[in-house]
Formats: sequence, structure tokens, C-alpha cells
Amino acid sequence: MKDPVDVLIIGAGASGAAVAWSLAETKMHILCLEQGGWMNPAEYPSTGRDWEAKFYGEWSSSPNIRGRPEDYPVNDDNSPIKVVNYNAVGGSTVMYTAHWPRLHPSDFKVKTLDGVADDWPIEYDALTPFFEENDRMMGTSGLSGDPLSPLTHPPMPQQPLGLSGAIIGKAMNELGWHWWPSDTTVATMDYEGRARCINLGHCTPACAQGAKSSTDITYWPHAIRAGVELRTHCRVREITTDENGMASGVVYYDKDGVEQFQPAHVVIIACNGVGTPRLLLNSKSNRFPNGLANSSGLVGKNLMFHPYAQIYGYVTEPTDSNRAPPTCLWSKQWYDTDPSRGFVRGYGVQFVRGAGPVFEAVVSEQKGILPWGEDHHRVFRKLNGHRLGFSAICEDLPEEHNQVTLDPVLKDSHGIPAPKIDYTISENSRKMMEHALARGREVLETAGATDICINSPIPWGGWHLLGTARMGTDPERSVVNEWGRAHDVKNLFIVDGSIFVTSGGVNPTSTIQALALYIADQMKQRLANLFD
Amino acid sequence: MTDQLSLSPRQRDDLRTVSGMIVPASAEYGVPGADDPTIQADILATLGRDGKLVATALDHLARLAGRPLAELDAKGRDAAAQEFRGAGGAPAGTLVRVVLQCYYRDDRVLRSLGLELRAPFPKGHVLPDGDWSLLDPVKARGGSLRRAP
Repeated sequence: MKDPVDVLIIGAGASGAAVAWSLAETKMHILCLEQGGWMNPAEYPSTGRDWEAKFYGEWSSSPNIRGRPEDYPVNDDNSPIKVVNYNAVGGSTVMYTAHWPRLHPSDFKVKTLDGVADDWPIEYDALTPFFEENDRMMGTSGLSGDPLSPLTHPPMPQQPLGLSGAIIGKAMNELGWHWWPSDTTVATMDYEGRARCINLGHCTPACAQGAKSSTDITYWPHAIRAGVELRTHCRVREITTDENGMASGVVYYDKDGVEQFQPAHVVIIACNGVGTPRLLLNSKSNRFPNGLANSSGLVGKNLMFHPYAQIYGYVTEPTDSNRAPPTCLWSKQWYDTDPSRGFVRGYGVQFVRGAGPVFEAVVSEQKGILPWGEDHHRVFRKLNGHRLGFSAICEDLPEEHNQVTLDPVLKDSHGIPAPKIDYTISENSRKMMEHALARGREVLETAGATDICINSPIPWGGWHLLGTARMGTDPERSVVNEWGRAHDVKNLFIVDGSIFVTSGGVNPTSTIQALALYIADQMKQRLANLFD
Repeated sequence: MTDQLSLSPRQRDDLRTVSGMIVPASAEYGVPGADDPTIQADILATLGRDGKLVATALDHLARLAGRPLAELDAKGRDAAAQEFRGAGGAPAGTLVRVVLQCYYRDDRVLRSLGLELRAPFPKGHVLPDGDWSLLDPVKARGGSLRRAP
């Protein structure tokens, strides 16, 4: 039998890394189990001539397509939006666009402001110091002072405007609409051992330069130096409980596939909005017959994805194509509720600089704008290197029928039941998406774009996995309390996107990590009576 | 499971023919077609996990054509190809994608597009900083965050 650890963290991604680093100063014995391994940047796609092709196979953002041994399958047949993620040290921060907005203060009070969903049990201001700390740790770039976004202080200057940014900025100015250089986690100067961005352009499937922040190169080196133990290729099957209903440890499969039991005094789950409910639902026992921490019945419910409404077109002048990070600017013009629009809440916009030649050819052929035959070459030269995109990140309100359950048949390579997704896009979201597409069309046409195409929703756009173990003060309406502790199990904590009460209209990773740091801080303040 | 090693000679012939229909050679742009031997060799060598779907697509195409695609006249080939692309689903999409991803990494093709023959890393690219005075109207307009009461 292994010796118990003080704290056992499940998952070494965005939130697991942050909470591990923060708790390290307590000098407790902290162990993190991660189902993936360490990444090798020398093998990242942008190091090879076939860099674009890899995105359709071993570097797909979909675990079902990618099918690495570290991945688990997801049955998302009953969802128009497919789950995308990455399983490794660093988690999905290895594979993301590095776009770095944070939730707005109003996002924490949607019930009060707009009469929908629920207010969060905490306010934005409680997270402010942790946003700042996280931005320093992850290393952000941007321009402070956006009048329509929460005030940030990125330690590095913003990315260049580039060709695409200038075209977008001019069009937005002509329309009188808000835009601003995005905060990103792309290093625009050498920072904390990371080399500055050299515009490899293929940011999403990992950065060979190390300019894009991922927790394997930010938090984890610090956490490990501070004494945290990270055990890779260890897939947790279930969390066990003792006779008092407290978490007693986890059963996991080690790198050789051998079942192990690791006892622990505190368990922290950091597996995000699909992995976390899957683990809780797989942790059934006589005492917890519906899954662990599920007396509310809300584990797995209220899944929020952010339906993306994407519209793009082609201008006559060259754009940045694949020669820059894909995102550069955002807009918060339509972020807050305006009753005249016919829907509540709103959306953020991230503008897209362009695409590489293979992606352009494949997608344009699929869309029917790139023909077969003699005219292929002329049309391709008109499209390639001329694309501009507008992607609206629509706030997804919580609905219990949007859910993660356990698939009765599908299992991962260790025989653990896989997650099943049931999800529909709400009428409110559909109206919001239509509104966004109309605004995007105006922007693109003002920029002179033609051949306008739409992806709404982006089918493989389930990057943001939120809400399936929501936080709240009422144990009947939430899974964890206002500082991340499960209502039902007093030594079990959740620190990932599953605890979001509402989704906001922005990429969530910055807020996920700020929450993880906040919960770690709450734990540190309560060490003497953590289980009271 | 069918993979690239088990593509029959007939399947390879049809693959070459349909590749040339997707992207024919062009004297105007000085580029080969996707039926070029080097590009075909690249496709066959890198089919990998796509092999099964590509074989399925080629079987579908063979059924539509009823004989080797190259033996049909132009009108017959176009009709078969049109039906194939319209009703071929994921296998047809995979076949087209495999052809295009190999075509648009061929040195001759990239040269004709004015693109460098290299991986993005380690050289990267230079991005112009741009005219940030474009942001002045946004700053001047200002605004405020919505706050909870």
C-alpha cells in the first residue's frame, strides 16, 4: 500500500498546474496524476513540412480523431458541437489559440442583471488578484486600457497589428464599432525562459518556439522545483471514499496499465467540464449511488460549450495568412445584453488573421468555392493568403438537458466508461448567432470581402467545457460551494471549468486558472479547519 | 482493414485520374496536376490512418464509373465525379483532402505560389507592426463596463 499524500490533484492541465503551484508553498506532499505525458516540442507540427496535414490526424483537436493512447473517446454524436481537448502535461493549453480574455464583472451577476440563469456565489473582484497573478505566471501580452474589457496589465506588449489587423481595424472604425488588440498568452518578448514569438503561425496545435504559454512550460517547472510530484501516464478510474463519506484516495492505472490505489487526505479534481463529471459519475459507491458529490443530481448537467458563429471572406489585398498567430484583435461591441436585439446576454468576437494553403484548399473545396478542374488554380490564388475571419463566442446559458453522462457501451483503453454528450443549441443562442453573423457580414463587406462563408456553429468547436459541476451556496442547486469544495464530500475540491455557473462570452482559460488560484488561496487560509 | 498497401492497381489508377480532375496541370501557372507521379507517390506513402476511408471512396467511385475512370469520356468522368463528391460523404471528403494536402506541399506548387519551401520553425515569419493610430478613434470613443448593482 502506498503512503497517503496530503493533496492529490487529478489532471495537469490549466487548472491542475495552477492549483499545484499555489499549494506548493504549504510544503504539503502534493501529488498530481496525469493521464498524458510530457510533450516534446521538437515533434510539434510546425517543425515539419507536413505541418498542416498533421492537424487532420495525430494533431487533430478532436480526441476521437486523434486517438492517441493518452486520449479517451467521447460519444458526442448527439451534439452539433464536438468536444475538443488535449491530454498531456499542460492539458488543453498545449492546444489552444492563446486568446486570453477574461470574464467581465457583469458575467457573475446574470440573474440580477438580466433575470436569467443564476448569479455566481462570488464576484469578479474576488478573482482580481488571481487574474493578475495568473497573467504574470502564464506571461500575457496585450495593451492595457480597453474601455470595454476588464482592466488588465499584461507584462508584454501586444502582438503586431499585421496586415489582417489593419484591414479589420479600418473596417471596424468605418462602422464605429469597438475593437482592441487581444490579450494573448503569446510572448512578444523573451519572458521567464520563453523565447519571443517568431510567427510560426500554427499556434493552436502547440508552439515549437515555446512562445505560446502552456502550463507544461509555465507553472509546472515552478511547481516541480517547489516539491510537487507529477506522475504521468496515470489514468484515474475513480475516487474512493471511506466510512465517513470522505474521499480516501483514487484508483488509477499506471503507465504499465497496472491498477494502483493512491490514498490521499485531500483530492482535487482538475479534469475540466467533461472529464470531471465523467470521473465523479464513475465514482459510484453504496454511499454515493448516483456518483460522487452528486446529491444535487447536477453532476454532468448544465454543460455549456460556447456555440461559435464564424463568418469569413476574402479581400483583394494580402492578409497575414499563416504567417502570424491566428488571433489578433477582439471586439466587445455586442458583449452585454441589449433588449432590442431579441436575445439576452451577448458575445465576444475574436478576429482571425487567415489560414495556411492546405487548410485553405481543403475548406474552400468543401464549401464549394474552390472548383475542381481548370479554374482551380485561378480561384485558389484569389483565396489563398486573402482570408479574414470573424468568430463570435456566444454566451451559452446553463440548461440541465445539456449534459455529460456515462456511455453505456463506449469505454477507453482501460475499460473505463466514456463520456456521452447530449447537447442542443438554445433558441436564445441561435438568435445571438444570427445577430453575430449579420454583424460579421457587415464588417467583412466593409473591408471589401467577397466569397463570404459561414460555419455556425463551428462543428469541431467544443473547446470550452463548462458548467457540469457548478458552484453555489445551495447544496440542492450546486455541486461545490463558493470556494470549490464539494458540498457532499468535505475533502474533495474541483478547480476547473466545470464549476462555472454561467459561461460569459469569452474564452474561459484565464478565468479557469484565476478560479483555481482563488480556491487554492481559500484552502491555504483554511488549512486548520479545511474539513469543517 | 484496408490501408494504402492494399490499394489495388485499379484503385491507384482511379486515384490518379480523380486527382488530375481535382487539380489538373496548368501551363499558365507552371504547375503539375495532382496526378503527377511525385505527388501520387506522396499520397500513397502518407495515406496512413486515411487509407481505409480513401479505399472506401475509391470503391464508391468505381461503382459510379462502372469501369476504370480513365476509360470514360470527359462527360462520363465529370458525371461520376459530380455524383461522387455530392453523395460520397466522409470517404469522398477524405480522399479530396488527402489529394489537396499533398498537392499543396509539393515544392513546385509552393514555388508557384511564392511560398518558401520550409517548415515554419525555426525561421518563422516577419509580421509588420502596423499603424496603431488606427486605434485612436476607439480610445476617443471610450466606454464603460457594465457593472452589477
